[in-house]
Amino acid sequence: MIQITDLVKRYHTRHGEVTVLDQVNFTVNPGEKIGIIGRNGSGKSTLIRLISGAEQPTSGTIRREMGVSWPLAFGGAFQGTLTGLDNLRFICRIYGATTEEKIPFVQEFSELGRYLKEPVKTYSSGMRSRLAFAISMAVEFDCFLIDEIIAVGDSRFHEKCRVELFEKRKDRAMIIVSHDPNFIKANCDKAAVLTAGRLHNFDRVEEALAYYQEHSATV
Amino acid sequence: MTDETLTVHNNTHTPLYRSFKIQMRVIGALLMREVLTRYGRHNIGFMWLFVEPMLFTLGVTALWSFAKMHHGSSMPIVAFAITGYSSVLLWRNMPSRCVGAVEPNLALMYHRNVKVIDVFAARILLEAAGATTSFIVLSTFFISIGWMRGPQDIIKILLGWFMTAWFGASLALLMGCLSERTEVVEKLWHPTSYLLFPLSGAAFMVDWLPPTFQKVVLCLPMVHGVEILREGYFGSQVHSHYNFTYMASVCLGLTVLALSQERYISKRVTPE
Repeated sequence: MIQITDLVKRYHTRHGEVTVLDQVNFTVNPGEKIGIIGRNGSGKSTLIRLISGAEQPTSGTIRREMGVSWPLAFGGAFQGTLTGLDNLRFICRIYGATTEEKIPFVQEFSELGRYLKEPVKTYSSGMRSRLAFAISMAVEFDCFLIDEIIAVGDSRFHEKCRVELFEKRKDRAMIIVSHDPNFIKANCDKAAVLTAGRLHNFDRVEEALAYYQEHSATV
Repeated sequence: MTDETLTVHNNTHTPLYRSFKIQMRVIGALLMREVLTRYGRHNIGFMWLFVEPMLFTLGVTALWSFAKMHHGSSMPIVAFAITGYSSVLLWRNMPSRCVGAVEPNLALMYHRNVKVIDVFAARILLEAAGATTSFIVLSTFFISIGWMRGPQDIIKILLGWFMTAWFGASLALLMGCLSERTEVVEKLWHPTSYLLFPLSGAAFMVDWLPPTFQKVVLCLPMVHGVEILREGYFGSQVHSHYNFTYMASVCLGLTVLALSQERYISKRVTPE
């Protein structure tokens, strides 16, 4: 279970203090898939980073009682000067996983072949996203944090990712952040809408989407 | 979820022993990554870690020998240069590598277990290892070819080396954290470290200075470290001036200050 209580995040900026998240509360149970919808800049990625523990909240608490992934997104969390393989080794070392048994999977899934031994900075953006997704799937978690991850890649790779994440790992919990209502509708059991730093929880995805449509029309 | 370690370390209340294990694992991963990004797998690879400081020390030893930097004292110049310049490398390289160390590692902080302190710890350990290996290899080499005599008191050498490393490490953590708060630190560190070098006790013995100047120079903690080291190396051949309690207090103060700054910035760091 992940329990988030009275979460507040403020940033200092040149024009004073900005409250990005204001008294956010929600719970994720094992296996539950929760969508978080919000417009660009509404604080979705900040919320994901706080849940992952990459950033610290200004106030409030986050209880993680299951293994939570890092925010999975294309790009980020990689070192351009290292090879694809060394990036995999680094991440496996950090999470205490054995690299050697993951190499065949990453090689196969990313379709990078011998490029896995070249520095990541020489990759095209498509190659990078394939590597990123493959490495993300190399370490197992109870709860995956997904930040617009499915938005990139060609349709065939897109399908491969969908199978890997939503079919092979359908027993896991997921928190999926998106501004695409259709994606949320297709993959989530519950949804919440983030507006002006406030999170509005709904038990049914349809209610959340209706609220989101209504709200984004009026603002 | 089958991996038991993952389940536990994601909990908010991780037991101390497990936290320690995770931290060791992360620092180990960062060390490997640091070696790979800095030296790669080309030519001599990670050996640059100590070959580079060795080249510095050898160059300085040659220059000082020609310039007769030991001011006509009876001291053997090679041993004088190697003890002196190695200590400079030890306390100076750690802060130089820690200033601005957070920014290029921000992408890694997406992983919850990678903390600011781990990034600093990896760099500090690496620099300390490089300087120490360089010192050991060079002195062993020069002792074996007879250009240097063997050390008098190994324990005292270790003490001097340890104190200098502690000073360097605490200064490194402090400078690294402060440089995250303001860019001025990065601008000032280079001239400061350059200007401190001639005062650091590497190129002179405190005993050679006029008494008033001795008092001033002994305010600098690293002078005490190199004096202890040289007393260990040369024994009664030199007359050392140092105050162990003074140096330890300064290092302790710096450590506490540095850790408090680390706490401050680690709460505010935002991954890329």
